[in-house]
Amino acid sequence: MSHGDYTYQPKNAFTKWLDSRLPIIRLMDEAMLQFPTPKNLNYWFTFGGILTFMLVVQILSGVVLAMHYVPHETMAFDSVERIMRDVNYGWLLRYMHANGASMFFIAVYAHIFRGLYYGSYKAPREVLWLLGIVIYLLMMATGFLGYTLPWGQMSFWGATVITNFFSAIPVVGPSITEWLWGSFAVDNATLQRFFSLHYLLPFVIAGVVVLHIWALHVPGNNNPLGIDVKGPADTVPFHPYYTTKDLFALVVFVLFFSYFIFFNPNAMGHTDNYIPANRLSTPLHIVPEWYYLPFYAILRSVPDKLLGVILMFSAILVWAFLPWLDRSHVRSAKFRPIYRQMFFILIGVVWILGMLGQQSPDGNFDFYGAELPISKVILSQILTIYYFAHFLLLTPIVSLREKALPVPESISKAVLAKKSGSAAVPGAARSPEKRV
Amino acid sequence: MTLKVLLGRLVLGVSLMFAASPAMAEGALVAKHPEPQAWSSDGVFGKFDRQQLQRGYQVYKEVCAACHAMHLLSFRNLSQPGGPEFSVAQVKALAASFKYPALDDKGEPIERTGTPADRFPSPFPNDVAARAANNNALPPDLSVMTKARHGGANYVYNLIIGYSDAPAGFSLLPGLNYNEYFEGHQLAMPAPLVSDGQVTWPEGNPPATKQQMAKDVTAFLIWAAEPKMEERKELGVQVMIFLTLLAVLLFFAYKRVWRDVEH
Repeated sequence: MSHGDYTYQPKNAFTKWLDSRLPIIRLMDEAMLQFPTPKNLNYWFTFGGILTFMLVVQILSGVVLAMHYVPHETMAFDSVERIMRDVNYGWLLRYMHANGASMFFIAVYAHIFRGLYYGSYKAPREVLWLLGIVIYLLMMATGFLGYTLPWGQMSFWGATVITNFFSAIPVVGPSITEWLWGSFAVDNATLQRFFSLHYLLPFVIAGVVVLHIWALHVPGNNNPLGIDVKGPADTVPFHPYYTTKDLFALVVFVLFFSYFIFFNPNAMGHTDNYIPANRLSTPLHIVPEWYYLPFYAILRSVPDKLLGVILMFSAILVWAFLPWLDRSHVRSAKFRPIYRQMFFILIGVVWILGMLGQQSPDGNFDFYGAELPISKVILSQILTIYYFAHFLLLTPIVSLREKALPVPESISKAVLAKKSGSAAVPGAARSPEKRV
Repeated sequence: MTLKVLLGRLVLGVSLMFAASPAMAEGALVAKHPEPQAWSSDGVFGKFDRQQLQRGYQVYKEVCAACHAMHLLSFRNLSQPGGPEFSVAQVKALAASFKYPALDDKGEPIERTGTPADRFPSPFPNDVAARAANNNALPPDLSVMTKARHGGANYVYNLIIGYSDAPAGFSLLPGLNYNEYFEGHQLAMPAPLVSDGQVTWPEGNPPATKQQMAKDVTAFLIWAAEPKMEERKELGVQVMIFLTLLAVLLFFAYKRVWRDVEH
């Protein structure tokens, strides 16, 4: 991608002095104002900005919550309720933070699936994609740690189940688990270290986000056509064009977020988490938060614990190999008719795996009230196999054999063609080869 | 609790998630779905009915509080805006009718009268005493009850008035009571509301039927679980209006900025 010629000129004596010592204003100007951005980005490309905003919301609300929260097994639950009752706008902070976690994950899933659809993981953006996976894993860890802090029944038993994953590791598993607990069971020592780590990890995320944005700014944005930027006609400066567009999208997202904070604040939570943790009473049905459910279903699909844990972690790690598993040179699914269908099937598969993770594992699958004649165990096994086959088999095979549609020559030409209402894409590279 | 028991529980918990046994699900009778009720606190503009909350508090105090604590609530909450809104004088008098342990200036234990800052007194000094007095069943704290059960307030209401005789052939365990709204259909709590007029309300209130008392005490519990609900919804409406207007303005700003760009 061509970066164009930056035109930052320090205007006064101070900025000139600073620019020759620490060119931070130049950096900001180049990265956030002038940064040439493809002019055809749609709303799916606004989630990166939304995610940055959500990280800031979570850190700010979390810092204030931590001023009032008490990480102790006998006081944690009541201290959260004290925040709800006696801290000024404590209910707002807490509902913002709890629902903010869900919003963060809604945005990150939109962001990840956008990347899958438009081929944003492909060269030259592999490192950008890998850093995104690191951020996602850190988010999963942070979300889990945060969910244990209110020390309700789901906090306690969720922590018990998740930390027990590590006991599946042969030989050293039990020792690792006790090391994580800081004890011989999930108890006060566990809660205190989880609080410490829950406070730490968001700053680690922020650090990796900086790398992620850096890695974005080297090759520049992908775009819905998935083609490289050919020249200045294809781009607009980030400001004011994308600042206004992203701000509009952000406010619409915050409207959605606000509905949950103010009118349905417990919709994403589990009622059992309003029961204080009780190590003598196991909830009949331990469910993780919604954003882990597809992976939870993969975990439960196999009867062997170690294999289940390996599959669950592999389900995310497999994304890391995607830039090399997908051999197609066409990025956007728009021009890949078969991959495009695979993409929507994958969304359906992940959605149903999520439903399976939500339901108790016995009996037949309940599809929105209709009982389907297939057992949940069998269905989750079929879908787990399909999930891995999508990445490990179908993606490489289809990427080699699929006949891609002609790709436009440039963003500006495609835009003009769309404007003139022409169905065909003028100047499209009509390549007879399978791989464009 | 010994370490062995503890580890046993852990193993049980984990094995439950890996292979929840079908026998467990089949053995238990599924709770009847609670009949949805209309609550004045429902909806975007929902507000509590002050009189209803006051009546509900009285039901809690005279019936439920014999066994159930509400340790997150203080008397002062009863006069705060958005709740039952008893007068400050009423709350002071109410708090003063309870005794609390304290120390005198020589460190000797004494009893003092309650103040609005005091928490609602708990009926039992600890869980062991509560179990000992209740056939080994622990009456749960009601502070966040309507948020802590699937079905929320509708579940609580239906449970309170949902007691009936066990059907023929149902083997009710000794000391338990039949209630279809409870998972397994038998629970330790006996029917709390046994007759109309069990609570005497001040003049000007509706007749104290069982349904009315159940309705009012449930409304009181909704408030107790979420005492800032009115403040939350009021602020929410303002925030939504503000954000909608902001979104409209930003949309036009965005369109104006982009008006000369083919995209």
